[in-house]
Amino acid sequence: MKNYVIIGNGAAAVGAIEGIRSVDSEGRITVISAENHHVYSRPLISYLLEGRTDEKRMLYRPEDFYEKNRAEVLFGEKAAKLDPKAKKVTLESGRALSYDSLCVATGSTPFVPPIDGLESVKNRHSFMTLDDAEALERDLDPEASVLIIGAGLIGLKCAEGILSRCKKITVCDLAPRVLSSILDGDCAALMQAHLEGLGIEFLLGDTVEKFSGKTAVMKSGKEVSFDVLVTAVGVRANVSLVKDAGGEVGRGILADSKMKTSLDDVYAAGDCAEITDMTSGEKKVMAIMPLAYIGGHCAGVNMAGGDESLENALPMNSIGFAGLHCMTAGSYVGECFEEKTERGIKRLYTKDNLLKGFIIIGDVDRAGIYTSLIRNKTPLDSLDFEILKKSPSLAPFGKAYRLEKLGGEV
Amino acid sequence: MRVNDMKRVYVNEKWCLGCHLCEYNCAFANSGESDMVKALRKKTIRPNIVVEEDGDINFAVSCRHCKDPICIKSCISGALSRDESGAVTVDKNKCIGCLTCVLVCPYGCIRESDGGVVQKCELCLRNTVGEPACVKGCPNRAIVFEER
Ligand SMILES: Cc1cc2nc3c(=O)[nH]c(=O)nc-3n(C[C@H](O)[C@H](O)[C@H](O)COP(=O)(O)OP(=O)(O)OC[C@H]3O[C@@H](n4cnc5c(N)ncnc54)[C@H](O)[C@@H]3O)c2cc1C
Ligand code: SF4
Ligand code: SF4
Repeated sequence: MKNYVIIGNGAAAVGAIEGIRSVDSEGRITVISAENHHVYSRPLISYLLEGRTDEKRMLYRPEDFYEKNRAEVLFGEKAAKLDPKAKKVTLESGRALSYDSLCVATGSTPFVPPIDGLESVKNRHSFMTLDDAEALERDLDPEASVLIIGAGLIGLKCAEGILSRCKKITVCDLAPRVLSSILDGDCAALMQAHLEGLGIEFLLGDTVEKFSGKTAVMKSGKEVSFDVLVTAVGVRANVSLVKDAGGEVGRGILADSKMKTSLDDVYAAGDCAEITDMTSGEKKVMAIMPLAYIGGHCAGVNMAGGDESLENALPMNSIGFAGLHCMTAGSYVGECFEEKTERGIKRLYTKDNLLKGFIIIGDVDRAGIYTSLIRNKTPLDSLDFEILKKSPSLAPFGKAYRLEKLGGEV
Repeated sequence: MRVNDMKRVYVNEKWCLGCHLCEYNCAFANSGESDMVKALRKKTIRPNIVVEEDGDINFAVSCRHCKDPICIKSCISGALSRDESGAVTVDKNKCIGCLTCVLVCPYGCIRESDGGVVQKCELCLRNTVGEPACVKGCPNRAIVFEER
């Protein structure tokens, strides 16, 4: 009987558990979970504060998940050291676990920027875990002004989540635009205008130089007073276990298309891993739920002796704020087809007869048809792209495709 | 869980008249109403099956209940799953309306619904019809419910 150990208990760990069980129903699975919670959906912490979900509904898998998959979870335990030669993981509590195959699914940690006086700020929060969300909630009141550092996905989702629960929200970012890692100027401006319409204030291209009490002094000289501070400038992959054990790491733990690291019998998946973006060929940390699960599943299958590869990973995001949706995928390279719509914009990027990426704001219906073109590397001259680029549908794929996809199992 | 031997909705495009009746039958079946006129009249319907057109040919597109559904793997909340019959279903109580599933479905078969959630074909197994209403009402057997 094989002995599987998984470090971490998020989406990647769930993928690994389900991947292992799709091949091996016998082996022993042990999960080391630093967080003292049944696996929950991390992105749902903002919806929790908004009141659109609750602790029960936000579970990523049903309550009997571990039992059904015969996985033993060590809640509140943290892995401290990995010894790949002895195939052993030592926990902070001192306990040691041996493994035949290991999956590192440790996620990431919020990066807290070094700012003068930050330590002295009392109501200071990160926004990453359920415990973070609950701690932030305790500090919120209808009269509170909140300053959020970071206008990326996490900072903005946090802002949306607490909008109706405080008096004022200011979001600042060193970048000159919102969602700077996924949107260019025009598209970011569209989203920013929408967010401002909801009542969120922005200070962009500006950052906090120092804190004095409840006042942030900005680089521009502006002063912002606040009661509650949220830092959401970015995250760093939790790589240290593998790095200290001599494994190869970049910004994340380097993993191949089987999700295997440079260490024997050690796999990595999710936010802690760095894998190849099929649209650019570059190795990247792509911190999104779909890839955490899919990468974890791939690792699990291979850990159990099966064969699965993840060759078509790509960055993609679907993010919405109060009814306005924004979808992005892949790389923004090559030729750009642009179409402005009533509420938004569509940009499709094509290169070498392939769709490489897109940004769609507003009308996102059936956008997955575009994503599938990227993932399948469908040659654009094999279909009627002139029609397809205007409206995502199956007709432009032609009869043979339809007969296969609509007339048979897929 | 059935995957390989489940019944699915398949399209015989050469028989499709392009009458769009399946769209109306779908919207009605999932409306929770008992009167079709009341359910659909003067409303923009949101069916889970959509008739497309390619020149003279029409064909109906609905969820393929894929063998390896990327929508389930991508859902950020765990709202999508496969039930015992093999049907891919959405738990609207858990869904948060992020539309990540819409971003990944290769056939455009999961769509935004009212109330900040998504809707998709569940083969009418969870409404009162009990078998696909689109197939039942198709005048020309251009869509069938069978094992292939
Ligand atoms: C507010 C917010 C909103 C987001 N919104 C979206 C979204 O809309 N769409 C999307 O695709 N993605 C979103 N993301 C990103 C998404 O949540 C992550 O990509 C995903 O959770 C990664 O899963 P994971 O399993 O790799 O890591 P995690 O879910 O972070 O799980 C890793 C776990 O490992 C534990 N751990 C770490 N080190 C150890 C150790 N040494 N021993 C034991 N346990 C350890 C950690 O405590 C953690 O619980 C969002 C993230 C946040 C914070
Ligand atoms: S919604 Fe799309 S991806 Fe999901 S099972 Fe149906 S066709 Fe497949
Ligand atoms: S819209 Fe709902 S079903 Fe689709 S991925 Fe988001 S939470 Fe899951």
